[in-house]
Order: sequence, then C-alpha cells, then structure tokens
Amino acid sequence: MVADILTGVLVLLGVAGFFAGSVGLLRFPDTHSRLHALTKADNLGLGLIALGLAFQAEGVADILKLALIWALAILAAGTAAQLVARSALEDGASGEEDAP
Amino acid sequence: MISTALDLVLVALLVAAALAAVGARGLFAGVVFFVAYGVFVAIAWLRLDAIDVALAEAAIGAGLTGVLLLGAVGHLTRAGAGAPPRRPAIPLALACAGISVMLGWAFLSLPDAPGLQVPVAAALPGSGSTNPVTSVLLNFRAFDTLLESIVLLAVLVGVWALAPDAAWGGRPGLVQRVRPDGVLAGFGRLLPPLGLLVGVYLVWAGTKQPGGAFQGGTVLAAVWLLAAMAGVTRAPRVTSLVLRIALVAGPVLFLAVGMAGALGGSFLGLRPDWAAALVLTIEVGLTLSIASALALLVLGPPERAA
Amino acid sequence: MIPSATLFGLAGAALVGIGLYGFLAHAHLLRRLLSFNVLGSGVFLMFGAAAWRSPILGADAVPHALIITGIVVKLAGSALAIALLVQLARATRRAALPEDEGRPP
Repeated sequence: MVADILTGVLVLLGVAGFFAGSVGLLRFPDTHSRLHALTKADNLGLGLIALGLAFQAEGVADILKLALIWALAILAAGTAAQLVARSALEDGASGEEDAP
Repeated sequence: MISTALDLVLVALLVAAALAAVGARGLFAGVVFFVAYGVFVAIAWLRLDAIDVALAEAAIGAGLTGVLLLGAVGHLTRAGAGAPPRRPAIPLALACAGISVMLGWAFLSLPDAPGLQVPVAAALPGSGSTNPVTSVLLNFRAFDTLLESIVLLAVLVGVWALAPDAAWGGRPGLVQRVRPDGVLAGFGRLLPPLGLLVGVYLVWAGTKQPGGAFQGGTVLAAVWLLAAMAGVTRAPRVTSLVLRIALVAGPVLFLAVGMAGALGGSFLGLRPDWAAALVLTIEVGLTLSIASALALLVLGPPERAA
Repeated sequence: MIPSATLFGLAGAALVGIGLYGFLAHAHLLRRLLSFNVLGSGVFLMFGAAAWRSPILGADAVPHALIITGIVVKLAGSALAIALLVQLARATRRAALPEDEGRPP
C-alpha cells in the first residue's frame, strides 16, 4: 500500500519532469537552451519514474535492471546531447545570441 | 478500463507520429518522427503480447532503419539533390482514407477462427525450443527463414554491385572523423562490451524466452556500427575472407542441417532428440550472418579504395 | 473494454492509408520510401492483431514469426532502395524520378 502510493507519487513527479522538458523543447529559442531543457528535465523525470517503479519490483534483480536501464539512458542522452550541441555550434545554428 | 485508455493513447500517438513522419515539412524532421513512430510500434507489439516482434521492431524498425534513413539524408544533402514539393492532393487523401476505412471494416468482420495455437503447442515438445516463435522460425517454417537468410545475402550483393569500379575492395561506409578522446569515442568504447553481452544473451535465451538470432544479431550489428562510427574499429574490406565466411555461415549451416534431415527422410526436418542442439547451431550461424549482413547493408557500398 | 487487438488492428488500417498517401503524394524518393515503411508496419500490425482472433487461446506464434521475417526483409529492401537512390542523386543531382518532375524519362 505504502509502496503503491510512493510509486504513484514518484511516477507523477517523473511525468511532470518530462512535461517540463517537452515544454522547454517547444518554447526555448535556440538549440543549446532546448538541449538544456531536454537533458536536465527528462533525465530527472526518467530517474523519478525508475525509482517509482523500483518499489513495484519483485526482487533485487529487477531493481538492478531498472538501474541499468536508467544508467544506459542517461549515458546515451548525455552523449547525444554533446554531439547535437557540437554540431549545432559548427553549423552556427545555435541562434544569434550565443554563437561563438 | 485503464488498459483500454492506455491502448487508445498509444493508438493516438502512433497515428500522430505516422502523420508527422509522412507529412513533416523537412526531410530530416520526417526521419526523426519516423524513429519515434518505430518506438511506438514496438510498444504496440508489447501490448499485443508479441515480445519477440517488439524486440525486432525496436532494434530494426526504429533503430537500424533510422540510421539508414539518416545516412541517406546526409548523402542526398551532400549530393545537393532536391525534389519538387509535395502535391496537395485532397482527392488522393480522401481515397487513401477510404482504403483505410475499408481495411478497418474488413478487419472487424474477420471470422472468429482459431489460429495455429493448438498445433504449435502440441508440436512444441520435440521442436528443440520452448519459445513457440523460435520453433516456428527454425523448425516448423524453417523454409521461410532459410530463404530469408539467402535474401539478405542477395540484397547485399545488390548493394555492393552499386560500388564504383575504383572503390571495389575498399571499406564500406564513410570515413569517420572522430576526436580520439571525445565523447563519442568514449561512448563507443564503453557500450560495446555491454551490447555484446546483451546480443549474445538474446540469442542464447531465444530457445526458451523471447529473443533469438534476429534480435540478437541486430543488437550485435548495432554494436558494430556504433564502434565503427565512434572510430574504435574500421569496417572490414568487402573482399575480406573472414567477413565472407561470417556472411554465409548461417545459410550454409542451415542448408547442411536441412540436407542432413533430407538423408533422414525430410529436408529441414529436425530429429526430436537432436532438435535442441540443431536449433542452437542454426541460431549461432544465423546470428553471425544476420549481424554482419545488417551492419554492411546500413553502411552501404564501398566508396573508395583503401 | 475494447480488446487491444481490435484497437491496434484498426490503427494498422489507418497506418496503411497514411503510408499509401505519402507514397503517392511525395515526389521525393526518400520520403516515398519512408512512407512505404509506414505502410508496411501498418500491414504487419493488422496481421499481428489478427493473430488474436481467438482471445481464449492467446496470441498465435505463426504470424509473429512471419512478421519478424518480414521486418528483416523490409530493412533489406529499404537498404537496397537507398543505395539505388543515392546513386541516382549523385548522377542527376535530383532525388525524384524525371516523370514526377514533368521531364521526359
């Protein structure tokens, strides 16, 4: 019962994180601030959802799998964000105000 | 109730992503929407209890097809190739909507006939695998899978035939300019060990649970592509003997098992007491061939001799 | 309570229409190929949903196996199409067929 409530609250918080990230993606003016919104808010959202689901896990193995998924997603998101940011810098597509 | 709501949201996302992929203003945006669409299709397969298909769809439909399309966008941009814009065609849209409605109506009016669940379950014990999908692929309908593994080879020959004469014998794909201490190179060194583990596990688990040569082979192909893109490894020359052995290993092993079966009475028939070992043998050979063929298909023909 | 199979079967029918429209309306060959892939996964989805016609027995493994084969062949076909398309683009600097651009083929 307590675990179910914790799961609900954490998953809802995680969804709010994803929502904030998506709003940022749509509303922010240039590539780098959009990336900032996406990586920060979505990684937080994913972490909260994984944490919430961990309370429903049947055993330690399931929790470890959730942790692995979370770690891999963070790693891939971070790498992709770096690559997108660099290619945006090189294309000069990052907007007027923070172009080098 | 909740599950129907989840399905409805998923259907809405599927249709919206498909519309965005087909109708996006830019080509690049369309490809990005297509990758998202592939992920939604994979989740739809999960909802239909088809975990094997979901794995294949996520790895091939969204993953490798996405890489292939993104690579093509890059090639077309560099070639400066354009095309006239989409024709606004309302009668065409109405006609296509009509086809969808008719298909949907046909689907709803299908009779409630049982499928092949009962015969498959009855034949499962001697088939060499307790995962029914693997049994169908490698035993009950082995013909399909054998021909498919040969189709992959034929397509690869077709793609390689487009190489310029001067580039024959070279390495497929573009030369990657990666900073050796950069983020991508680090990622390319970190992920392959894990990816190898996942790929091999999927093949091994395929005889008991969802997984198998296609899903595992695709993961291995993706690992190879990542390592090549990150500059950790180079694609082999198209004339490499090792590469060619890997490419034909699956069909050759499959045919050999089939011929052995023919000596025992039926082509591609697996003897029940040997079936488990034979299925695993075919799986291993197919994994090698599928992984190398898929990776080479995504890399494309060799572009320069070197 | 609507069965998942019914919903996804109907979604598959819608996807076939969307893909077909894109395939016919675009002149750009890569967008045609993308649309054709959407059409293909719509067909697979209808087929896979039809594997559920007898809900008591559960999903039928035979369509699933055929769909997996189909997904791999679809990728192989797309790869060959893209290789041809890139050659066409390099040779003509266009990504559409001449007849779609109002030129004689």
